[in-house]
Amino acid sequence: MDWSTLHTFIGGVNKHSTSIGKVWITVLFIFRVMILVVAAEEVWGDEQEDFVCNTLQPGCKNVCYDHFFPVSHIRLWALQLIFVSTPALLVAMHVTYNRHEKERQFRKGEKGIEYKDLEEIKKQKVRIEGSLWWTYTSSIFFRIIFEASFMYVFYFLYNGYNLPWVVKCSIDPCPNIVDCFISRPTEKSVFTIFMIAASVICMLLNVAELCYLLMKLCFRRSRRAQVQRNHPNHTIKESKQNEMNELISDSGQNAITGFPS
Amino acid sequence: MNWTGLYALLSGVNRHSTAIGRVWLSVIFIFRIMVLVVAAESVWGDEKSSFVCNTLQPGCNSVCYDQFFPISHVRLWSLQLILVSTPALLVAMHVAHQQHMEKKLLRLEGHGDPLHLEEVKRHKVLFRLLFEAVFMYVFYLLYPGYAMVRLVKCDSYPCPNVVDCFVSRPTEKTVFTVFMLAASGICIVLNVAEVVYLIIRACARRAQRRSNPSSRKGSGFGHRLSHECKQNEINKLLSDQDGSLKDILRRSPGTGAGLAEKSDRCSAC
Repeated sequence: MDWSTLHTFIGGVNKHSTSIGKVWITVLFIFRVMILVVAAEEVWGDEQEDFVCNTLQPGCKNVCYDHFFPVSHIRLWALQLIFVSTPALLVAMHVTYNRHEKERQFRKGEKGIEYKDLEEIKKQKVRIEGSLWWTYTSSIFFRIIFEASFMYVFYFLYNGYNLPWVVKCSIDPCPNIVDCFISRPTEKSVFTIFMIAASVICMLLNVAELCYLLMKLCFRRSRRAQVQRNHPNHTIKESKQNEMNELISDSGQNAITGFPS
Repeated sequence: MNWTGLYALLSGVNRHSTAIGRVWLSVIFIFRIMVLVVAAESVWGDEKSSFVCNTLQPGCNSVCYDQFFPISHVRLWSLQLILVSTPALLVAMHVAHQQHMEKKLLRLEGHGDPLHLEEVKRHKVLFRLLFEAVFMYVFYLLYPGYAMVRLVKCDSYPCPNVVDCFVSRPTEKTVFTVFMLAASGICIVLNVAEVVYLIIRACARRAQRRSNPSSRKGSGFGHRLSHECKQNEINKLLSDQDGSLKDILRRSPGTGAGLAEKSDRCSAC
């Protein structure tokens, strides 16, 4: 059970995402998870062993390390990545639920279901509309909240994103004020800034995706209102049939990203 | 065999779960097992090597560590997660055994008895709840207050007098202990919700059976209907084991509609 399992979880969600969502997943796994695993974990590997205090007093090093590093950067990033990835699972669960409902209706032989068999239901591309639109939008909103919260927690715990090379500690049992030296402060600062930048990029992508979803919703509603105005004699069913015909002819040309044009 | 193997086993078993059961499985794997593997194990990795006592007396370090940490948090969590996942495997084994017996009965006598799957599911969830509660209590007994202290005072032999011993990363350990306890609490809530849901579903089905108008027409018709429902359940279980229902529908499209009709009536069973 490791990051590759999370990748399998989230990779499955990729099919139901918009284009921006797919870019976000790529940035997440390549620029954050992979950097964390192949580089950052080694930089922070000796963080406590090489945290050296200018005293022989037993326990002083432990106490000072605990005071200046309440939660290690690596663990905070791991938690951040887990929390930020989880909302996507809501979308996956919703899609699976919808699919099961359609399969159940198909088995019962209910009218209005136009599929030939269960395989067609499974292969059908998912359109992000209705309740799924709300689930998807909520998941993006929660992602933004989690990203912002973790960035704030980082800033709060470490007074900024730079690591000093020496800290002064006077906590019992340290006698007086003692100098303690942090291992690899520059390398740690570089990786901290890199991870924060990747986090900011992911947040911007999420905000862009949210705006895209809202714009599409407004555009679709205004188009429906326009169709109603132009053809007032058409029933809602006919308008929807027209829309579906347009969509089917569009889907034949483009890769469906989950949105009607 | 590692956590990935356990995940593969439990995912297979998940078919028989309710929706709440599937959410519980996701919470277990993402917020507990994954956090344990990628974060908690490295926090507790140097718990003994960085446990430092204010003495040069050989053996004092080991004895004090053993006194204050009889079982490490990480091992307790691993045990807890394995035991909490086990009831689902027992259900799967029970279902497999029952299916085997049903097949035998069907071949020998031409009829079978339905599985009491609902009752088994309830017991599974109750066992999960019991294990979670027991482990939370054990944690509380071993590490009162759930917080990790920075300093412990130890006077066990061979330590001379009372010696200060310092724990490594106490704040980080407290943060992760609280996180894992919160996740455990969420799992307990999900299990309670699942038990309540299963009980309500069982009561609703019983009430539906009592008020089923077709059963009032005559016990013969009602008995035949319930026999058909049971036969459908057995057919479904047999088809799930030997292949998918889809294959059966494809092979005999004529009976597909018939099966659908019978299952339609059976939704009232």
